[in-house]
Amino acid sequence: MESTETARSAPSATTGVRAGVAGVRRVELPVSGLTCHNCVQAVERALRAVPGVTRATVNLAGGRAFVDYDPTEATVSALHEAVRSAGYRSDATKARFGIRGITCASCVTKIEGALLTTPGVLSASVSVGMEEAEVEYLPSVADLAAVKAAVGSAGYQVVEAPAPAGPDALDREAKARELEYRSLMRKWWFGAVIGVFTMILSYPWIFPGLRDWFPRGSPQLWYVWAGMGVASFAVLLYSGSQFFTGAWDALKHRSANMHTLIALGTGVAWVYSTIALLFPQIFPASEFTEVYYDVTVVVTALVVLGLAMELRAKGRTSEAIKKLIGLQAKTARVVRDGKEVDIPVEEVLVGDTVVVRPGEKVPVDGEISEGSSAVDESMVTGESLPVEKKVGDEVIGATLNKTGAFRFRATKVGKDTALASIIRMVQDAQGSKVPVQRIVDVVSGYFTPSVAILAILGFMTWYTVGPEPRIVFALIVAVTTLIIACPCALGMATPMSLTTGIGLGALNGILIRGGEALQTAQKLQTIILDKTGTITHGKPVLTDVVAAGGVKEEELLRLAGGVEKSSEHPLAAAIVEGAKGRGFTLPDAEGFNAIPGHGIEARVEGRALLLGNLKFMRDRKIPLDGLDARALELADGGKTPMFVAIDGKPAGIVAVADTVKEDSKEAIRALRGMGLEVVMITGDNERTAKAIARQVGIERVLAEVLPQDKAFNVQKLQLEGKQVAMVGDGINDAPALAQADVGFAIGTGTDVAIAASDITLIKGSLRGVVTAIRISQATMRNVYQNLVGAFIYNVLGLPIALGILYPVLGILLSPLLAAIAMSFSSVTVIANANRLKRWKPRAA
Amino acid sequence: MTWDKVAVDVVGLALIGFIVWFFWLVKVKGVKAALTSGGYQEQMVLVKGGYTPDVIVVEAGKPVRLNFVRQESASCSEMVLLPAFNKSARLPEGETVPVEFLPKEPGEYEFACQMGMFRGKLIVE
Repeated sequence: MESTETARSAPSATTGVRAGVAGVRRVELPVSGLTCHNCVQAVERALRAVPGVTRATVNLAGGRAFVDYDPTEATVSALHEAVRSAGYRSDATKARFGIRGITCASCVTKIEGALLTTPGVLSASVSVGMEEAEVEYLPSVADLAAVKAAVGSAGYQVVEAPAPAGPDALDREAKARELEYRSLMRKWWFGAVIGVFTMILSYPWIFPGLRDWFPRGSPQLWYVWAGMGVASFAVLLYSGSQFFTGAWDALKHRSANMHTLIALGTGVAWVYSTIALLFPQIFPASEFTEVYYDVTVVVTALVVLGLAMELRAKGRTSEAIKKLIGLQAKTARVVRDGKEVDIPVEEVLVGDTVVVRPGEKVPVDGEISEGSSAVDESMVTGESLPVEKKVGDEVIGATLNKTGAFRFRATKVGKDTALASIIRMVQDAQGSKVPVQRIVDVVSGYFTPSVAILAILGFMTWYTVGPEPRIVFALIVAVTTLIIACPCALGMATPMSLTTGIGLGALNGILIRGGEALQTAQKLQTIILDKTGTITHGKPVLTDVVAAGGVKEEELLRLAGGVEKSSEHPLAAAIVEGAKGRGFTLPDAEGFNAIPGHGIEARVEGRALLLGNLKFMRDRKIPLDGLDARALELADGGKTPMFVAIDGKPAGIVAVADTVKEDSKEAIRALRGMGLEVVMITGDNERTAKAIARQVGIERVLAEVLPQDKAFNVQKLQLEGKQVAMVGDGINDAPALAQADVGFAIGTGTDVAIAASDITLIKGSLRGVVTAIRISQATMRNVYQNLVGAFIYNVLGLPIALGILYPVLGILLSPLLAAIAMSFSSVTVIANANRLKRWKPRAA
Repeated sequence: MTWDKVAVDVVGLALIGFIVWFFWLVKVKGVKAALTSGGYQEQMVLVKGGYTPDVIVVEAGKPVRLNFVRQESASCSEMVLLPAFNKSARLPEGETVPVEFLPKEPGEYEFACQMGMFRGKLIVE
């Protein structure tokens, strides 16, 4: 951070906040690293030493400094610098935003100048190339609005980063969809009503009453048909307008789509009928002069109805994302200037203290600073049981506070919250492509023109070698072929299933990065599980206390805990926690001496206590009396035993171990049940690793693997020709996750946007892996069903439409049936994708 | 074979030839994206029945910003995907949606709607 000279004495008028106040100004600076009363004094002294500061008080509990200063002499940056030079931190927030209109280097100095004179801004750097500014500011003094106002005052405009879609955008989308649906339905009814009349009046000789009024070839019938010609033209213009404009727009881009085919089919039928009606003399026989206005009208109406149904079904496909967005809290109650105020959630800043009462939503991500409660996180993590939270625990925005009231410090707000990241990731993933889609893309590029070519070939064949009346057969075949082909079913097959499948994952606490991960996850053969933190909790706990030599168990643990209280060893913490957990008050130790690689010695309650490994006991010549055999037994169970001796006599063993998560065993059994080879990878020694592996039912263990070698081990398994997944935490195991065909990151609370992983499990349980694989299997099954269905439909439908069955069975498809089949096929694809939503994770 | 059959077949073959030429054989010349003062290669893309322009030429190694404006309501085109750059964007009707990325390697990359009915090509030189 660039330190700013105190000489920059501008009583800035560039912000809207606290500007223009003459005389003494007061700021509240967040200070962290305060641990004792001495620190408070040190910070106060440092602040008072800044010229212009008239008063400085520091509140130890709140971690805040209240400073009165003269803005003509001191700046907030100087105060910030003073806190820093005293050895403490004053937490600043960084913001990055785009600026429009930067054209030259001089603009940079101008904007930076405007930003730096804003109280609360510590540093600002503007980049011409990126048209961006990065500003570091104290959120308690300036807010982002003030920072942006400063840019505005310099004559430039801030470009807002596109925010994640809010509920409003979705409402708009839904409304647009509703309007489109209504318009389609109007078009359908118009077409349907005219269609009924056209169908009846095209064949009046079938109906007894009409037969007498409109005999075949009579002039009255000609007038009726002429009327139908006009009415069907109206249907084409109104109900079928989107087909013609769509076809024309596509044609301008030298492409063709469903619209092209429908427009061609209905258009050809109408033009033929009109010619037959107006110029019957050009046809050699009277049976050629029949009209096909019914085809035009009914096909248009049916396809429009199909589009409307498709729209309805599609709206349901993106329900998952709607649910996620709807979870966002609208308001937050934060403490500002010592008072609780309700503000819109968008205005919550990092560092704010947020108050949450029972039954309320947690508005943003943060860390509990006061109070405790049970929080229902099911909406984000998929975990159905409420999670107990105490001071220091992370809370996730959008989760529901159940029992108690608490306060927390906001750590992530706005688009950085876990929920916003989840929504963004899900939206990106839903827009990605499944690799199989590439084949479809290639096919669909050729599909529509090929259908047009087929229709022409069909017409030629039927006209050249077909039965009489040749032109009628040729026409029907060509029109039916154009109409039955359904490029939409093919095109929608994968995206619809993918959107539903990824949404399904998100609702179960599983974030799938894209179609590729989804496709790979369902054909995995081997799954590597990291031991620490994945199979186990990743935190050692006290498991066994073995008392010997007449010492009571409680006594042993209490004294051992007292000694370990002074130790910084991670295993010591487990013993202290374990002892405290049993309700003991731990005595203080004196003469503490840690011997690295051996153990510790200390005096506690007047007794000499030794705590350490076997070597330590041997060195000190402590007789073990068979305790070593018991220790070996514990070690075989994957535990770390530590001997305790009191006053030179053996007193017992305390053992700690990293315990297996409750559901790991079940999850591993489920994975094996799916036919996957499960491998455990760990840096632990062979014995401990084997012991854990036995507990959870894993046969293949890769032990004593250094962290940097994990990726290499993944690769070794891949060289066996297997599709390998790696499950681990997203930070230490990142290279291994990236190396694997599918990397599963076990998420920890709010840190969901883990870059190296293909799939992130928000709930830190192995069960998520099982669910993720099941979801990907279900989704890919759905994709293939859709693809195969759409493919078979076209492969069967086209030859039938071309009349391949006619020479054998005498069957020729009517264009009306073709229209029904084609609408039905695309609705089926979407309905099948929506079926995925009913998928439920089985207990695993 | 009567004269009318010959006529129908000749016309039919001619139509087929036209379709093949029109859809597959014609090479479209691309539009070169303009370089802005911000260092971006910017190009406006109209989404209406397709992408206009649908072939965009950019230089490798410089950031690209494609501003998509969708002026139709067909739900087909409500998303645009650039699979090669792992980018996708929702295109609300009438709004300008910028999509930014950095093409590193020269080559031809496709962008398309979710169903692949609309397609465009990005030529990186």
